[in-house]
Amino acid sequence: MSIDMKMAWRNIWRNPRRTLLTVLAIAFACVLLIFMLSFQFGSYATMINSSVRIHTGHLQIQARGYLQNRKIQWVVPDPEAVGRMLDRIPAVKAYTLRANAFALVSSAERTYGVMVTGIDPDREARVSTLVHTIQQGSYLSDQPAGDGMPGALIGRLLARNLKVTVGDELTLLGQGRDGSVAATVLKVRGIFASGQDAMDRSTIQMPLKAFQSVFSMAGAVHEVVVMGRNLADVPDIKAAIARKLPAIPGDPPLVVLDWTQLMPGLQQAIHMDLISGAVFYLILIMVVAFSILNTFLMSILERTHEFGIMMAMGAKPGRLTRLVLAESVSMTLVGILTGVVTGCLVTGYFMVHGLDLGASSEILRQFGIPSLFYPRLTPLTATAGPAAVFVITLLAALYPALRIRRLQPVEAIGHA
Amino acid sequence: MAIVECKGLSKTYQQGKLTVQALSDVNLSVAAGGFVALAGPSGSGKTTLLNLIGGLDRADAGQILVDGRDYSLLTRAEMADLRLRRIGFVFQSYNLIPVLSAVENVEYVMLLQGVSATERRGRARRILDDVGLAGKYDRRPAELSGGQQQRVAVARAIVSGPSIVLADEPTANLDSKTGEGLLQLMQWMNQEHQVTFIFSTHDRMVMDYARRIILIRDGRVAEDREKAA
Amino acid sequence: MMDIQLAWRNIWRNPRRTAVILIAVIMGVWSMIFLGALMRGVVAGMVKNGISTLTGHVQIQQRLYPDDPSVVHRIRDPQAVARILPQVLPPGSHWTMRVRVNAVAANARHSGGVTLVGIDPASEARVSFIGHSITRGKYLKADDNNDILVGRALAAEFGTHLGQKLILMSQNTLGQIASRAFRITGIFSSEMESTEKAFVFVTRQAARQMLQMDGSVSEVSIVLPQHEQARQVAATLKARLAGKDLTVRPWQKALPLLTAYLDLYDNFVLIWFVVVFIAMGFGIVNTTLMAVFERMREFGLLKALGMRPRRIVKGILTESLLLLLCGMAAGNLLGWLSCWALSFKGIDLSALAQGAEYAGMARVIFPALWPRDILNANAVVLGLGLLVSLYPAIKAARFTPVEAMMHY
Repeated sequence: MSIDMKMAWRNIWRNPRRTLLTVLAIAFACVLLIFMLSFQFGSYATMINSSVRIHTGHLQIQARGYLQNRKIQWVVPDPEAVGRMLDRIPAVKAYTLRANAFALVSSAERTYGVMVTGIDPDREARVSTLVHTIQQGSYLSDQPAGDGMPGALIGRLLARNLKVTVGDELTLLGQGRDGSVAATVLKVRGIFASGQDAMDRSTIQMPLKAFQSVFSMAGAVHEVVVMGRNLADVPDIKAAIARKLPAIPGDPPLVVLDWTQLMPGLQQAIHMDLISGAVFYLILIMVVAFSILNTFLMSILERTHEFGIMMAMGAKPGRLTRLVLAESVSMTLVGILTGVVTGCLVTGYFMVHGLDLGASSEILRQFGIPSLFYPRLTPLTATAGPAAVFVITLLAALYPALRIRRLQPVEAIGHA
Repeated sequence: MAIVECKGLSKTYQQGKLTVQALSDVNLSVAAGGFVALAGPSGSGKTTLLNLIGGLDRADAGQILVDGRDYSLLTRAEMADLRLRRIGFVFQSYNLIPVLSAVENVEYVMLLQGVSATERRGRARRILDDVGLAGKYDRRPAELSGGQQQRVAVARAIVSGPSIVLADEPTANLDSKTGEGLLQLMQWMNQEHQVTFIFSTHDRMVMDYARRIILIRDGRVAEDREKAA
Repeated sequence: MMDIQLAWRNIWRNPRRTAVILIAVIMGVWSMIFLGALMRGVVAGMVKNGISTLTGHVQIQQRLYPDDPSVVHRIRDPQAVARILPQVLPPGSHWTMRVRVNAVAANARHSGGVTLVGIDPASEARVSFIGHSITRGKYLKADDNNDILVGRALAAEFGTHLGQKLILMSQNTLGQIASRAFRITGIFSSEMESTEKAFVFVTRQAARQMLQMDGSVSEVSIVLPQHEQARQVAATLKARLAGKDLTVRPWQKALPLLTAYLDLYDNFVLIWFVVVFIAMGFGIVNTTLMAVFERMREFGLLKALGMRPRRIVKGILTESLLLLLCGMAAGNLLGWLSCWALSFKGIDLSALAQGAEYAGMARVIFPALWPRDILNANAVVLGLGLLVSLYPAIKAARFTPVEAMMHY
């Protein structure tokens, strides 16, 4: 057997320039695919994590139907019970409680309709990164300030539209859980800039206890926001919660939702990106395959006479086919090896230094993505592309190899 | 005991738009141990006849029996097997696989036969010694002269222990001295190892060495002369 | 012309080899054109969505309105604008004047923030989506001052339907909260659910009355025959309306996100072209090299006969040129055909509708063939193709006669 392998290897290098170009083509495809796939997956991870950390969290426990229809009456009536249950799940890193209501907020000069969210400042700080985006003033605290007024945290754009700054007062007018009028005065304690305009323009956060009192919540909340230690744990946490949730009463009953349900658009957008990426990559690989098909073809056509001699010696066509395929496989493997090594090195460099998308940072900010991109090299991204290249290249090599079966010795020898 | 029997062989082939009648109704019989030359001008059909005997091509009509086997009854695979074990070939040029060394070229046939690696190597080296190429085992064909290449070809043809060796104008590309040396080698093989040799040639010198000359002209046997011992 | 004939015959010396590399070039060019058109189609869908959602091609508003869209920043003298528009706008343009403010909508069940839009139904229908999006009930007429149009998703959120009452509250020009009850007489549906939830439509007159706006409006929205004219028209209008404390913005400025996307895709498309070329470039070089080495003796002979190297280089490049042109022709044709075939039904993203909405894309994607892309794709293939063919061409010209004869 070893002579066959030796022959295959030596045959590849009969025409070094041609082989080199072919190897480079394959390597190029591999490098590109590894980098692009790592880039894609890296961006997904970043997008998911930033979106999730700004607001939704990995999972949420809510009343069924609240997601579609934010009725103030659809509450989680006993958040302490939920909290106790969560404390017993080790994979849960942190959780917080939130309540929401729509209200009119008025400053000295303006009135706007906004979403008011009651937050538990300590817990919230462990779950959401909003606290790090405060530009002026300070975060909220549960303790009422010296003046007795509950504090408010508002977005940069809302502050601008209301023409208020830290220390100004805002009047809140809305409808409570029991239908009664909910009204209070808040003092602006801090102004944040999350980077997502939608959030900066229409959200006000106030301490949960004050919210519950103003909106007659009777101790209930609307959302229990849960963060796991990492994204991969989410399905397990969800299953654990789902098992224990029926024991906690609610009307409507409680459900647990993960981020794919909370932000279905994000997940689907990722799917779309994956599918369209796959289409592009596939076409690229096929162009490469046809590009190098000629190498396989020519290396066989120019050896017709040699094949004739081997057949005269008694070699069966099957043996020749195997020889030729061994050559193609070897060449492809050299290319893939080179490509994988180079691809990993290049991607690794950018994993450390990041890739700057420059002018497009505006868009990314809207989706909560930092403008510096870090590709993520994983075993999947490092092998999926090269595997596809390998399969398609081999299919291309099959055509010339199979033609040998039809070779007649006397014709072959006639080819000088 | 005839090792090669041809009865009523005919073969035509297409050359572009022409139909060429290469052989018509050829009958001959070669005894084991023969040293036979198929002589004739170019285009006479001697190469075609050789190809048919070697099983590289199929006749249109007639019967060939080599070593008792009727070719018309053999499948392609069986034919390949026969070529592997019973028939050796030496062509005019480009006999060798360029990427294999001399010893590897000789080993290759034995590899096809399934001979073990150590035995292969031993036999290959010994036969290369026999043909006068001791010490040149690892040379590639490109590093050998024309005459040396043909010697390797002969060595490879013999090493598998065939019944017959078919040689198509083996000396055509060699100078007369080298060619003569090659012929003496083949003669020695014929006498020493009892291998039947059938040449096709139009070289006077080859015909001098042959013990039987079959003249082929226009696709037919024109003359069949056995020399005195 | 004998050179071209000769080059052509040379290409087909080895038909199978030429066919294989041709296929690579054809596939490459096709994918450049087709996928490029799809990418543009995606952005075109986004632009269409963005524009039809009330932005229009050009917007005229009070100077401070974009940052603070409140009733305080209104256009007090819309007639002055109305006089100038017919003089500046190209034929085939349409425009409308609206009231547009943030408001709170409420009914017994629910309350939430919306954008209240007071429209002149006739001219609005020619400018934005609302005129042809009514699925239940009917569109507004100029004096239906008690009627309101809401989106399907909003009706669902508020648990309401046709014929029901909806209260709207907003700050009026006097700084007070004005509120008014309307009856839902029409329900509209739109590409994007967020549009259905965000906008409610009343007559302009009703909005003015409610907000004490007299004859003022919040904005003038203009639709042009071609969206590329936007920047130019905006600039002209800006000059004519100088000193009136107004801002004139083309959609590119009003939707900076979209414009950023357009630029991003510009780069994507070009990068795709180059990447595809590199993929086929290896094949082009390799195949040309093989064709050259096969004919080494010939080149040596030609040089021995006195042919100048430059002519040999030209010959090889001509062969490459013919090959590339064939591939480009077929690739362009296939690309155009695929776009045409897809232009009927488009690519339906309904299965991933929410993802499309998240990304701001339309639900159906139609390929958009840009002449600029076609030009670029062909330029890349032709230009770079000839460039990489230089290497084998120069190699061919370098063979000395003796080398060439010996090689065989």
